Amino acid sequence: MYSYSDFDEAFVRSRVAQFTNQVERRLDGSLTEDEFRPLRLMNGLYLQLHAYMLRVAIPYGTISPRQMRQLAYIADTWDKGYGHFTTRQNIQFNWPKLPDVPAILSALADVEMHAIQTSGNCVRNVTADHFAGAAADEIADPRPYAELLRQWSTDHPEFQFLPRKFKIAITGSPNDRAVTKAHDIGLRMVRNAAGEPGFEVIVGGGLGRTPMIGMTVRDFLPEADLLPYVEAVLSVYNVLGRRDNKYKARIKITLHETGKEEITRMVEEEFARLRPLFGGNDQKLLADIRAAFAPPAFRNAPVDAYDAFYKADPVFRAWADTNLTQHRNDQYAIVTVSIKAHGATPGDATSEQMRLLADLAEKYGHSDLRISHEQNVILPHVHKSDLPALHAALVKAGLGTANVGLLSDIIACPGMDYCALATARSIPVAQELATHFEALKLEHEIGPLKIKISGCINACGHHHVGHIGILGLDRAGVENYQITLGGDGTEDAVIGEKTGPGFAYTEIVPAIERILRAYLELRTEPSETFLQAYKRVGMEPFKAALYNTEDAQDAA
Amino acid sequence: MSRRFTPKVVTANRLREGDVVYLTADDRWSPLHHEAELIEDEAHAQMRLLHANAQKLLVVGAYLADAKPGAKGPEPTHFREEFRTRGPSNYNHGKQADLAS
Ligand code: HEM
Ligand code: SF4
Repeated sequence: MYSYSDFDEAFVRSRVAQFTNQVERRLDGSLTEDEFRPLRLMNGLYLQLHAYMLRVAIPYGTISPRQMRQLAYIADTWDKGYGHFTTRQNIQFNWPKLPDVPAILSALADVEMHAIQTSGNCVRNVTADHFAGAAADEIADPRPYAELLRQWSTDHPEFQFLPRKFKIAITGSPNDRAVTKAHDIGLRMVRNAAGEPGFEVIVGGGLGRTPMIGMTVRDFLPEADLLPYVEAVLSVYNVLGRRDNKYKARIKITLHETGKEEITRMVEEEFARLRPLFGGNDQKLLADIRAAFAPPAFRNAPVDAYDAFYKADPVFRAWADTNLTQHRNDQYAIVTVSIKAHGATPGDATSEQMRLLADLAEKYGHSDLRISHEQNVILPHVHKSDLPALHAALVKAGLGTANVGLLSDIIACPGMDYCALATARSIPVAQELATHFEALKLEHEIGPLKIKISGCINACGHHHVGHIGILGLDRAGVENYQITLGGDGTEDAVIGEKTGPGFAYTEIVPAIERILRAYLELRTEPSETFLQAYKRVGMEPFKAALYNTEDAQDAA
Repeated sequence: MSRRFTPKVVTANRLREGDVVYLTADDRWSPLHHEAELIEDEAHAQMRLLHANAQKLLVVGAYLADAKPGAKGPEPTHFREEFRTRGPSNYNHGKQADLAS
């Protein structure tokens, strides 16, 4: 994995020193809160409902065992023994105290981590496919490009005061696991007619109060043009983007107000100007970075033990069926460790779990760990012969839940349990959905399903692209939950459709159950997934199930 | 058109710890909602908020939150403020734990 150069190290250390000084000056009164706030946000420090929150970047979701142990150490030393992995491949600590934050940042710098540009109107942590470098369907590992973008965007003088935050996601596979179409810039690797790799460039996607699927502005961008092109997009946005209205400031609005054709023309013009200025140093740098992402030395060993175990042990089989993904090396598998045991808080991992995962990655996973936007932890390279032992170790630690891709593998934002912007809670809704359907023993029968929950219209929980999306609102002083159906965050991205009036806190789990019972009734066969069934029959049968009941009449 | 003033409390987060606190009538910052001063008058509310905002070394983000009289003292009226008196619902963290001990 990429390791800091002297320059990176010096940069991060000097930022820690600066912020340490800024915290001191806040605490002694030399800085007012108005002066301090933008400085703390530049360093990932928010003030939430009950405490401060520190958001730490896990660039492109890749993390080493040593770093994972340091996160555990931070959680134990300065927080409450856990951390929250987010949909943006960050980890959030929910209880740091202001005077301790400099020490935390320093501990992060010790393992080449930081909280820079995890907030504010700048280019945020670049996210990537969590199966990068391992997936069977991959054209190339997207992380070298993500690292190049990270280096280019960090402290970029032109892009520190953008009209609004700017999010870039990148995937190296045609099957989009990075939700690229819901980002300010989405990059999807494709090949041209000559077989060369390049990018489809998607601009103007975003969720929040005006959800939009991005538009393709270039079908094929040669690899070597990546930085000048992205820089051209940002320059155009930096000039046109609306600074007068925060709700119209994202590039998705700029794109719609200016028109795709005009923006594309401006971007291409700027690109033509910028391209010759890139003399090839970026490509040299990319080559160096790429070397840091060389695949591990894969073992060559028999896998019969795995096959035998798979046949013999139903618990292992259930886990293998849901939590394993095909690796590009036949003898290997990609393991998704669910940190969503039924009833647990989606995305939360205790320090003990972090340490165990670090140990297991060293023992069975070529010392590689990933954090997915779906809030799980991935061991991307596990030899199949090690899977039974790995599974046993996970089960022992309560991390063996076989639910990846199923109902209880829910994305939920922190909602009103932590977030100051929330209009309703989301975590307890996720917990109750998981335990309720676990008690009914229905989730395996229901099959692949993505439920995503946000606690306000900012949509941090990606509810718009959930097969079932749940949005928590405040309706006249009570929590109310709006449902959307048919959303999809893959390469076929779609924004879900609202079903109608929302449901009270106590009504939302029964409402979801009515939707799913209707689905079980109307699917043509068990292999027709919820999303496929929805695409076939549309909203009406689900609306009927939701609203044509006595309970619902009372509730509405 | 004069609308009845909804009673308020002044609330904020402590600068160093981030904890939720309430301004009392005798100018302390208390972690307990029911110890807050219940303010029934708009002009007085603004004065108290100014007073709170001046305490830059103690608290951040002071604002007026709706409240109502209760048996032990002021009580929150909105669920958000109710959560702020306790802490998160997924763990026994925050005030519900700190104040219990
Ligand atoms: C203190 C906590 C947080 C605050 C204040 C916050 C704030 C916001 C705001 C204001 C937006 C809307 C941006 C817009 O529409 O222009 C947003 C969007 C988003 N946030 Fe958060 N957020 C928080 C936590 C999180 C967490 C925990 C996650 C990951 C689980 C997350 C991931 C996202 C994502 C994916 C979006 C939507 C994508 C987009 O930008 O359009 N945020 N957030
Ligand atoms: S969706 Fe709203 S409630 Fe949830 S984390 Fe984002 S800003 Fe907070």
